[in-house]
Amino acid sequence: MKKGTFKGGIHPYEGKELSMNKPTVQLLPKGILVYPMSQHIGAPAKPVVAVGDRVLMGQIIAEAGGFVSSPIAASVSGTVKEIRPTLTVSGATANAIVIENDNKYEPIPGLGQKRDYTKLSKQEIRDIIRDAGIVGMGGAGFPTFIKLTPKDENAITHIIVNGSECEPYLTSDYRMMLEEGEKLVDGLKIILQLFDNAEGVIAIEDNKPLAIENIGKIVEGEKRIRVQVVKTKYPEGSERQLIYAVTGRKINSSMLPADAGCIVNNVDTVISIHMAVAESTPLIRRIVTVSGDAVVNCQNFCVKTGTLYSEVLEAAGGFTTRPKKLISGGTMMGLSLFDTSVPVTKTSSALLAFKEDPMDLVPEGPCIRCGRCVEACPENLVPQMLMAAAEKFNDAKFESVSGMECMECGSCTYVCPAGRKLTQALKQTRRSILDNRKKK
Amino acid sequence: MKELYNVSASPHVRSGVTTRSIMRDVALALIPASAMGVYRFGFRAFLVLLSAVVAAILSEFLWNRFVIKKKQGFTECSALVTGLLLGMNLPASVPLWMPIIGSAFAIIVAKEFFGGLGQNFMNPALAGRVFLMICFAGRMTAFTVDKAADGFDLFMNGASAVDGISSATPLAVIKNLEAGADVCGAVSLKDMFFGFTGGVIGETSALCILIGAAYLLVRKVINLRIPAAYILTFAVFMLIFGGHGLDMTYLACQLCGGGLMLGAWFMATDYVTSPITKLGQIVFGILLGLLTGVIRLFSNSAEGVSYAIIFCNLLVPFIERFTMPRAFGTVKAKKGGAAK
Repeated sequence: MKKGTFKGGIHPYEGKELSMNKPTVQLLPKGILVYPMSQHIGAPAKPVVAVGDRVLMGQIIAEAGGFVSSPIAASVSGTVKEIRPTLTVSGATANAIVIENDNKYEPIPGLGQKRDYTKLSKQEIRDIIRDAGIVGMGGAGFPTFIKLTPKDENAITHIIVNGSECEPYLTSDYRMMLEEGEKLVDGLKIILQLFDNAEGVIAIEDNKPLAIENIGKIVEGEKRIRVQVVKTKYPEGSERQLIYAVTGRKINSSMLPADAGCIVNNVDTVISIHMAVAESTPLIRRIVTVSGDAVVNCQNFCVKTGTLYSEVLEAAGGFTTRPKKLISGGTMMGLSLFDTSVPVTKTSSALLAFKEDPMDLVPEGPCIRCGRCVEACPENLVPQMLMAAAEKFNDAKFESVSGMECMECGSCTYVCPAGRKLTQALKQTRRSILDNRKKK
Repeated sequence: MKELYNVSASPHVRSGVTTRSIMRDVALALIPASAMGVYRFGFRAFLVLLSAVVAAILSEFLWNRFVIKKKQGFTECSALVTGLLLGMNLPASVPLWMPIIGSAFAIIVAKEFFGGLGQNFMNPALAGRVFLMICFAGRMTAFTVDKAADGFDLFMNGASAVDGISSATPLAVIKNLEAGADVCGAVSLKDMFFGFTGGVIGETSALCILIGAAYLLVRKVINLRIPAAYILTFAVFMLIFGGHGLDMTYLACQLCGGGLMLGAWFMATDYVTSPITKLGQIVFGILLGLLTGVIRLFSNSAEGVSYAIIFCNLLVPFIERFTMPRAFGTVKAKKGGAAK
């Protein structure tokens, strides 16, 4: 079968071999667990427990704070110690519930109970997904039940599972495809139950032959599900680029995947849907890759949400030497951390630690107009011109050269030989333009 | 206080290709053609190249150090490339003060006056060459060859090779041929391809230039858009208007002769002075091909590459404006950033 792909893109060092061949390790938290109320796009969740309350594993401790919002469940049993603002991965503070773990892991009644999802109605499935607090786990954190409720569900032709995992160093989706492939395919079947006209497509990059083989075996004989091999290239897993790679349809920044008849979900999200619908378990765990040249044991952990990064790091053996840079997420789009005492949330995917910071090594020089950014841009933009507009704070020019179509993938900064921080400048300008639009 | 982690916005990795590494690759790619020039024209050619390079680097250093007072006098290797290209565009017979003046003009007037690296609108090496052509036309077109430096027949089969006597380049010979005359009798295509003809130091050997170009293509320093569009357009133009019909020898002589190969692969592909848009690069190449053909056929000059490139350099902002790519997924009616 033809491999899907898109124009542009880059091939950064993958670094996947550090962690890809080791099985995922279950990690039980030792210390406190912290649940920020903002782990998703939309209104923050509202706490429904009070300080001193005893909570059980799987119990909802915060309810959705609006339509676009998501409830949060406790991942352990224990006592609510305090409700206070806490530092999150983004460097911002958010209100959070702190739970003291009693190490009993006493579940709420019915947790883990098997359910025959084929007998559930569409509305029941959507309600379960909403109440389980499932959000897009690829990083954006958009509430999944909204994604699964498009205006016209009959117009949806493709349910795409994003197994491309194009970010360097990350192997959590890969491990899941090897270890929990059946759950993934079952999760996809649950989604397909909502969309009568849709075909399920599991898109996997060609640098993961074992995953392609494993999932391929599981979907053998399935009429509505197939595996689509896509080329290994960053950012293959970007929603718009992946839709193009799979269906050949193009959407721009102001359109939704549903406009192209597609719904794209991350691997871990689909497995979480399966756990919620078929096993009555809300979203209380996350697969996190711990990797990088400053980490002793690079591997994946199955972590309870709310666990502090410092504990995950300790489980991986800590640092070999003190790293220069810590990143939550991948090297292309992840957030750099200045402190490891931040909690793992629904959208955490990795903790990376590096001895060197390549951004430090090259001093910023003048643009030589080499056009590498133009070649690399997956959105077919001219980043050099966007940067020129951004440097002059010329918002009108920035928008006229399609600056708002930028998805901040980082490819232009990656390739720039002059060491210019294009993505960073574009990000800033886009934020300021969006803020100004809101003010109006 | 404990040591802090670096905090910055993503991305957190780099490709490792730097301006310096690119300039180094270009300089390396120019070595075969320069070496051939030195082999062909003797030690004098080496001295011309050396003085051009040293003058270029020195000009940039002095400018940075004493005029704009930058701490580092010489950071990128771009002055080296400019100097080398200028030297390669001079006949071996020029007195050594000429490459020095040319390099100083190229670096200071054509580049630094406009803001330095990345800001010049005209290819500095070509600006230097054209400056010298205007000031010292006689010297610039006197292709004398020191008989002692080569053991080969000169640029024309059967032409008498006399010490220190200037002779015409193959292009000039072809230009003065009557229409329909036998091109093979006048010039040797083989000599032109391998580089045993008259001309400036770096342009005579098409083979050596192609070796360098192949290296740049493999290293992904340049792409095919500009050179291919340029050479193809020029070839088609020459077939139609050249007056020699489908005479492939004539066409091959036009392609290998003069500065076309050096210009198409090394000068037209100069990043700073060529369009940054992909479509713009093709348009730029086509315009170059047409203009080179027009100048070679219809002007007094046998050669047109330098002028064609410099003229098209001026069109770059214009070309870019009309060749802006459409952002992924946007449609014509929704042109513009917001696309709402």
